[in-house]
Amino acid sequence: MRSPFTLTPCMLGAVALAAVFSLAGCNKGENGGGSAPASSTNNKKQSIQNIGSDTMVNLAQAWAEEYGKVAPGVSVEVSGGGSGVGIAALINGTAEIANTSRQIEPEEAEKAKKGSGKDPKEFLVGYDGLAIYVHKDNPLNEISMEDLGEIYREGGKVETWGQVGVAKIPGAQNDKIIRVSRQNNSGTYHYFREVVVGKKNDYKSGSLDMNGSKDVVELVGKTPGAIGYSGLGYATPAVKIVKVSKKKGDPSVIPSITTVLDKSYPIARPLFMYTPGEPSDNAKKYLDWIMSDAGQKVVEKSGYVPLPKK
Amino acid sequence: MTQTTVQLSPPPTAAGGAAIVDRQATRRFTEIAAERAIETLIRLCGVSAILFVFGIFFFVFREGAPYLFSEEFDIGKFLFSTEWYPTSVSRPRYGVLALIVGTFSVTALATFIAVPFGLGAAVFVSEFCGNKTRETLKIVIELLAAIPSVVWGFIGISVMNPLIQQVFHAPVGLNVLNGALLLALMSVPIMVSIGEDALKAVPDSYREAALAMGATRWQTVYRVLIPAARNGLLAAVLLGVGRAVGETMAVLMATGHAINIPHSPFDPVRTLTATIAAELGEASAGSPHYRVLFIIGILLFTITFIVNLSADLAVRGVRKR
Repeated sequence: MRSPFTLTPCMLGAVALAAVFSLAGCNKGENGGGSAPASSTNNKKQSIQNIGSDTMVNLAQAWAEEYGKVAPGVSVEVSGGGSGVGIAALINGTAEIANTSRQIEPEEAEKAKKGSGKDPKEFLVGYDGLAIYVHKDNPLNEISMEDLGEIYREGGKVETWGQVGVAKIPGAQNDKIIRVSRQNNSGTYHYFREVVVGKKNDYKSGSLDMNGSKDVVELVGKTPGAIGYSGLGYATPAVKIVKVSKKKGDPSVIPSITTVLDKSYPIARPLFMYTPGEPSDNAKKYLDWIMSDAGQKVVEKSGYVPLPKK
Repeated sequence: MTQTTVQLSPPPTAAGGAAIVDRQATRRFTEIAAERAIETLIRLCGVSAILFVFGIFFFVFREGAPYLFSEEFDIGKFLFSTEWYPTSVSRPRYGVLALIVGTFSVTALATFIAVPFGLGAAVFVSEFCGNKTRETLKIVIELLAAIPSVVWGFIGISVMNPLIQQVFHAPVGLNVLNGALLLALMSVPIMVSIGEDALKAVPDSYREAALAMGATRWQTVYRVLIPAARNGLLAAVLLGVGRAVGETMAVLMATGHAINIPHSPFDPVRTLTATIAAELGEASAGSPHYRVLFIIGILLFTITFIVNLSADLAVRGVRKR
């Protein structure tokens, strides 16, 4: 399991050494021992380009930082942009690992194959509960999937808080529900449409479309009359997570590790990493580490849902 | 080290006299060559601006054209429908009316706010303040122009958003007013510097004549100088407007990015530029969505072209006088 440790013994020492020394020592060791593969000739750190999902960017960053402590010779460079950007990077070969909060679509996989000549390989790395956020002063505690659909769907009938049983939100200027959504190519937008709005339906026009998971939560936290959806890991003290029921009258469920894994929480999705064909040595070690206990602990710490223990 | 320099330095001074004569002979030739080279270089620089503008227009047009001229594309729906659903699974629709109205509402309100401040500041800087104040003011105003738009956007989100909610009791702080205030702040420096130049261009004899007639300073400004510099001031305003129309980052962050025909300054909107910025990165190349975003680019190009052309014509009017 701990292959990064055993592969280059110098790395073990390096962890203990002071930061500056560790780098130099490690590279010398690599050159002398010849234990690392082809790229060991230069003094540079080896880097893994990791691009994609905005939902996962916090998690990917946490992984990269934690992995830096385990394998100081490898730097993982994380950037966000969205699942679509990650897949595009996979197609044109600028990413070694693409993060996506949705499964790759068949035509995208085909394009990636055309681009690199290899089938993209999929790794399930965790789960994310999509939480429904409202302002912390909003008295709403639970909402049904039907009501959520009516709020967000084009032609949906719910426009005011009164219609979902909220009489008065302290600080809100009127009764209107202010819908906060995502830009129309985000993975979260697509997933929410599929599960809540209806795959063949469209969102109601006039929602505030934010460009990032964090922006949604931030705006909801500053706007008393707002409702929004975003990753479970983005909760702040300014917002409240609302319980969701599958149908009106069903028990409502708060998103958590248990409820996401036992599928009682209805808006949860798997998180993936894709590599172009078989991962390179470095990427393989990184992915193995991500799926190890240490990597999955990071998932839990960042507010996402780790893979079920085998 | 010191030894070598000592040994090396004498020869040039010894042969100095001959070298000077030689240099004078060659100077004419090299100077002529250099002159020619520099002339060509400068000419190239001048022409390159034209090349770049046409190049950019060509590429934007080339990306948009296949869909613009295809049968699927309905210009009426494009311009007059508010339904913007480019990634819809069942029925993609590309109506940009709400985006056009968004752009114009933000720009109009921004102009409305910026013109009094911009022209007022231009008049003050050019006519009323002392030399020292003028230099300080000009530096500070230029500094205002140098603030990156993403910083303005950040101010819009973190400072103006709660402020607008509190002061105007608006349900959302990210709205037309927020974006317009930022754009006004961004276009004021342009209006001030061009407006000041226009006022400076009015000959001093006008001022002297006004003074001789017993006019006060204020009467001189609004009865003599402003009418005389009218076209230049108009150009200043229009260039400020051009800046506002094309601005992207700040409005993307501060207007709420909602497809919506605004009924009041407190409604969130989305602009043409922000739509391109938010969606182009992930639209797959060659898809109708991608092409329509480029068509929006053509539309924006046309709008800014018209604005700049009118500014240019206004300036030309000044020169004729």
